[in-house]
Amino acid sequence: MSKSDLSRRGVLKSGALAGTGLALPTIFTASSAAAFTNEPTGSSVTLGFNVPQTGPYADEGADELRAYQLAVEHLNGGGDGGMMNTFSSKALQGNGILGKEVKFVTGDTQTKSDAARASAKSMIEKDGAVMITGGSSSGVAIAVQGLCQEAGVIFMAGLTHSNDTTGKDKKANGFRHFFNGYMSGAALAPVLKNLYGTDRNAYHLTADYTWGWTQEESIAAATEALGWNTVNKVRTPLAATDFSSYIAPVLNSGADVLVLNHYGGNMVNSLTNAVQFGLREKVVNGKDFEIVVPLYSRLMAKGAGANVKGIHGSTNWHWSLQDEGSAAFVRSFGTKYGFPPSQAAHTVYCQTLLYADAVSRAGSFNPCAVAEALEGFEFDGLGNGKTLYRAEDHQCFKDVLVVRGKENPTSEFDLLEVVEVTPAAQVTYPADHPMFAGGALGSCNSGA
Amino acid sequence: MFGLDNKDTRMLLVVAVLTLCAPFILNPFPTDSAMAQFNAGYPDLMQRFVIFGIFAVGFNILFGLTGYLSFGHAAFLGVGSYSAVWMFKLLSMNVVPAILLSVVISGLFALVIGFVSLRRSGIYFSILTLAFAQMSFNLAYSVLTPITNGETGLQLTLDDPRILGVSATADGSIPVTSLFGLEMRSTFEMVVGPWAFQFNAGYYLCALILLAAFYLSIRIFRSPFGMMLRAVKSNQQRMNYTGLNTKPYTLAAFVISGMYAGLAGGLMASMDPLAGAERMQWTASGEVVLMTILGGAGTLIGPVLGAGFIKYFENIFSKINDNVLHSWFSFMPDGIEDFVVFIIHPFIGKGWHLTLGILFMLVVVFLPGGLVEGGQRIAKWAKKRKGKDSATPGKTTPAE
Repeated sequence: MSKSDLSRRGVLKSGALAGTGLALPTIFTASSAAAFTNEPTGSSVTLGFNVPQTGPYADEGADELRAYQLAVEHLNGGGDGGMMNTFSSKALQGNGILGKEVKFVTGDTQTKSDAARASAKSMIEKDGAVMITGGSSSGVAIAVQGLCQEAGVIFMAGLTHSNDTTGKDKKANGFRHFFNGYMSGAALAPVLKNLYGTDRNAYHLTADYTWGWTQEESIAAATEALGWNTVNKVRTPLAATDFSSYIAPVLNSGADVLVLNHYGGNMVNSLTNAVQFGLREKVVNGKDFEIVVPLYSRLMAKGAGANVKGIHGSTNWHWSLQDEGSAAFVRSFGTKYGFPPSQAAHTVYCQTLLYADAVSRAGSFNPCAVAEALEGFEFDGLGNGKTLYRAEDHQCFKDVLVVRGKENPTSEFDLLEVVEVTPAAQVTYPADHPMFAGGALGSCNSGA
Repeated sequence: MFGLDNKDTRMLLVVAVLTLCAPFILNPFPTDSAMAQFNAGYPDLMQRFVIFGIFAVGFNILFGLTGYLSFGHAAFLGVGSYSAVWMFKLLSMNVVPAILLSVVISGLFALVIGFVSLRRSGIYFSILTLAFAQMSFNLAYSVLTPITNGETGLQLTLDDPRILGVSATADGSIPVTSLFGLEMRSTFEMVVGPWAFQFNAGYYLCALILLAAFYLSIRIFRSPFGMMLRAVKSNQQRMNYTGLNTKPYTLAAFVISGMYAGLAGGLMASMDPLAGAERMQWTASGEVVLMTILGGAGTLIGPVLGAGFIKYFENIFSKINDNVLHSWFSFMPDGIEDFVVFIIHPFIGKGWHLTLGILFMLVVVFLPGGLVEGGQRIAKWAKKRKGKDSATPGKTTPAE
């Protein structure tokens, strides 16, 4: 049935054909003449908003997208200007960025590294995005940050709390405004000490990926420094929805504090399971059993309902803050959408403004110039008080809020109350701290 | 040519022309027009088209020929990706060793899984492969994290050894994947009037490998071995009764198709050096089944078409958002514009699955042979019309 053509002539013919085939791609190796990747040449500039629209963090993603749209509106001079009016840097004029109108494209990360990278790639290659921002999962943020480094565009990380984002996986083109696991530990420890004393046995349930691992490490280290004992650390899959099988062993472990290193839908489910098992009414070792959720958000509190009452955690920002910047942001977000913004919305709004401001100050969209403008930049008026973008690791240092689920909420948004504002100095760590070691920024890549 | 008959040669040439001219074919709309949204001619998506084409062609060797429906083929894709990324981490950034290793490892993996799974046929076989794939996924996701880096995905770092290459380039960044110095990401952009066509080195490597893989698949389909596999599909019992042991044949088909999947995985990692566990999830295995059925199971070109179709929807439709819709329909009066956007909204953006599902349903109900059957029907219809036309005297038909 098969006939092979092994004559001298046939071999030569196919050899020549294969040769042309192999030679073909080498013709097209010249890079384009632009100074850097996706240099905006027309009257507009495109930003890429890459957020989870499906999956366990979809709620956060939807809120991020709202904040991005609001930021674009403000940058283009629409609306009331929001935090642009309270921002300490006055480089932004409300005429877009460097006079170019801001346009944006959106994509769905699906909370999967692969899908997120594909989406970011299409923004860079097809839509000509000069900056990518977003991510509601540290795994995704780290994957996309790596991609942006390779492609030569700036990545402004959204909601990512893992130490690794600006630790072992830090990149010269990536910047993070959000706080991290270490800061949560440093802010929570003194509060926990006052509330629950120094003689406690903690049991950790941890989402099994980079964020969970580093937060667990940070919280365990911070509480062990208080004198607490860590009984057990159990990893749970990110995709899990029922945590009963993980909660049951806690009852007999002799632990009297449960630390839930879970976020979003995971935390809502695990906390609900824990409350159903009656953990909060239990008395162990002569002490009331307590639950701690190190990374808290209003969207999670809303999902978990009455179960969050009296439970402590930390957060990057909360809409009830009374400073000028927060008030301006809550006002414009509320006017546009009818409810207050979440911390995810706040951090991505800040990131968009910070990027636009850095471009304006640098006078160029070149990623290396923008990175230089952001490094070591000190600013105020974006809702977190005085903030520093540290040059060594591209991490923002600012105050961290310790919050508690409110006992008597007055509205469906008034679910958390701020217990303490931990000053930035207390959560600052040296850039070579062992929890952040093992990576290097490398050098900035403009894709030229 | 190449030991193929005329019809197959023609098909191979059609595929060759389609893949090599893809940057033109997929970019029919000028860059700044409203329709540019539907352009698919950018490197990442074109690479995906051909890589998933290879994956589906390989799957079709098993499913199309033997009728064994594997529900765990994504496991081989994932294994291929992990092997390739490890090669980049340990050996060098050259894609050749990475691709070779990914094919070998996934072949071995397929041999083990196939040996166990092929003891059963029909639905039991499907369930066994599904179980193995889910096991692999969970291993990659949480048990083998030192090898796979769990949910974060396996990535390159600046302190990887890379024995035959460099850990970091002179300017302190991670080196990029290349074929003997030809960077996979290098792209040549050709601007013709309002059009911009992108020619990417990585894409052409993938395209050439697709052509080789497609050629091999034609040879397998036309060989005595392929005939034997078809016999397994039509009546395995009868073959057993005639004293023929079919297991070596089915196992060989399973391993070949696993190696195709590994090749696809290795190429994926070569284009973008990252391997994530979700590549092995059962939804990814289901996707290749969809691609094959949508394009036409058992046909040669069907799986490639199906792969292109699904990837197009995933990447193009999922990126249309309400703002884009409003800009399209802005010529309508306000109320009607909002209404139209409201009606279309569920089918775009994150609703692309819904659109794809409806199309899949329509194809399966009305074109059981997939897109290939659709093409055949159109061709037949055209022929009939042409026949009628030529019957009418005094009318010339243009040569096509």
